Amino acid sequence: MIACENITKTYKTGDAQTDVLKGISFEIKKGEFVAIIGPSGSGKSTLMHILGTLDRPTSGKYFLNGQDMLKLSDNELAGIRSQKIGFVFQSFNLLPRASVLRNVMLPLVYDNNVKKEKREEKAAQALLSAGLDEDKWHHLSSQLSGGQMQRVAIARALVNNPDLILADEPTGNLDSKTGDIVLDAFCRLNKDFGHTIILITHERYVAEHADRIIEMKDGLIVADEASSKTNLLKEK
Amino acid sequence: MVLTDLIGETYTSLLSNKSRSALTILGIVIGIASVITMVSIGQGSTKDIESNIQALGSNLLVVSPGAQRSFGTMVRSSAGSASTLTEEDAEAIKQSVENLKAVSSLVSTNQQVIYKGNNTRVSVYGIDSAYQSIKSLEAEMGSFLSGEQISKGAKVAVLGPTVRGDLFGEDSDPTGQKIKIGDQQFTVIGITKAKGSSGTSSADNIIYVPISVVEHYFTGNKSLSSINIEVVSDKLMASAEEDITSLLLVRHKISDAGSADFSIMNQADIMETMSSVSGTMTLLLGAVAGISLIVGGIGIMNMMLTTVTERTREIGLRKSLGARSADIGSQFLLESITLTFVGGAVGILLGIAASFLVDKFGGTTTVISAWSIILSFFVSAAIGIMFGYYPARKASLLNPIEALRYE
Repeated sequence: MIACENITKTYKTGDAQTDVLKGISFEIKKGEFVAIIGPSGSGKSTLMHILGTLDRPTSGKYFLNGQDMLKLSDNELAGIRSQKIGFVFQSFNLLPRASVLRNVMLPLVYDNNVKKEKREEKAAQALLSAGLDEDKWHHLSSQLSGGQMQRVAIARALVNNPDLILADEPTGNLDSKTGDIVLDAFCRLNKDFGHTIILITHERYVAEHADRIIEMKDGLIVADEASSKTNLLKEK
Repeated sequence: MVLTDLIGETYTSLLSNKSRSALTILGIVIGIASVITMVSIGQGSTKDIESNIQALGSNLLVVSPGAQRSFGTMVRSSAGSASTLTEEDAEAIKQSVENLKAVSSLVSTNQQVIYKGNNTRVSVYGIDSAYQSIKSLEAEMGSFLSGEQISKGAKVAVLGPTVRGDLFGEDSDPTGQKIKIGDQQFTVIGITKAKGSSGTSSADNIIYVPISVVEHYFTGNKSLSSINIEVVSDKLMASAEEDITSLLLVRHKISDAGSADFSIMNQADIMETMSSVSGTMTLLLGAVAGISLIVGGIGIMNMMLTTVTERTREIGLRKSLGARSADIGSQFLLESITLTFVGGAVGILLGIAASFLVDKFGGTTTVISAWSIILSFFVSAAIGIMFGYYPARKASLLNPIEALRYE
């Protein structure tokens, strides 16, 4: 479903050039749960921005569902983000003044294919999948705990039924217990609903929840292998 | 993104910053209200002037000494800056020009007037017996100058109501009292009815005395400040004006009409001049008010720029959720338009109320015109677009990655 061919990204500040990505190639199939792991500065966030069509690579090719993303205009990319990609951020990025339901419905506002009357129904569905109790749905998002906020954010990423969910350090702002709950939510979305998930993290423990781990260092992929969890399952 | 979504977003975001939105709106309210009030005051005075001039009658010609001037400089505070008109000119006009109802000579001078401790500086008009009927002056108290008093050069004076108020106090009866004009003593014999202001000089701030008295005691010569001529009907105005011009040119031995040493104005000219003066005033008042409107607009821009900066992360998030640049831009543009729209509506109501109060208690006539309301309305909408465009564009062009990283 995702195919990256020799993606590079270079930032220029004045005369100085920084090569953040130095030729990344990989493929991800539909229904895969992949973790991209690497220390800070390894280029994993930049890669995620490119995968999420928020940024364009300096060179290389990026196909999503067989469509060449680099040939699309900014507005077409916005359409791709609204219909095919769901983001989950480290700092949740919820609208604090809006209710949980309104937060989850936000992506649908930018998707003209979804009728207004359908929005609430879809949001409710997504919140159920993300595992947030119904009595919280009308609270302001600022009144929730961190774990609840991240589940609202996951529901928001799910609401337009995207082909790809991109999660950038989703447990980075959570304690380990709520982090586990959120990671379980991702696992369930992958196993039970078949969503394709790319999880960006710098923690090996978090990455082990995925089926496959792509390890990055200094803008290059240094390892691409099945996680120990998958290996264990295979050995059994 | 559909319109109802945009409106919903605007509503929530403006309400979440109630006091800031209210203060910003206040700037527009004050701007629009002052435009409407100022323009209504200007229009009111135009109407006042027009009705005053019309009340004087439309078939009046005024010959003044001095060169022909353009409209802008025609209104002079003191007539008679040149002394080229004489009593003989007036006599000649009376004798040889046809279709004239009355010809009146006028000598005016500015004098210090004293009654006991009070003094004021006013125009003293030396008039002949024809003047009263031409200007339709009436005595409110006592009597006007009689033909005998004028021909004998009696030292009697008729005061305008403003002069009476300055010297004796409102509603007093000064008839029979002695006042000093310059260094001469006069007996007050009457007060004229109030006529109101007709532009730059008030018809009520004048003292009328016999013409020979002014020539003898104040100006010391026989030159006239103006000759007022009433034509039989307004259809004959043009021909009478021509006849007078050619007569005076011959009398003054001037061959070229362009270098005439006198000028003739008719009511239409005067009205045009006055209207242009009050039109300029309206423009001036409107411009001053317009400046406050622009300041209000800058207030909106300032608030929107702050809002864009504050909500940088939110903009990044919306873009990552699939918002196009146009969606973001229109969201912020609609916010600023809503601010000016609400401000405009409130400002219009406030302006109408203020105009009404000025009319009622301020002593100035105000005329609220539909065009000033419609104009303010569109100006406020335009300000919303103008001053909202830059912040909205700034928001829409934000790089989503930068915006998401923004702390």
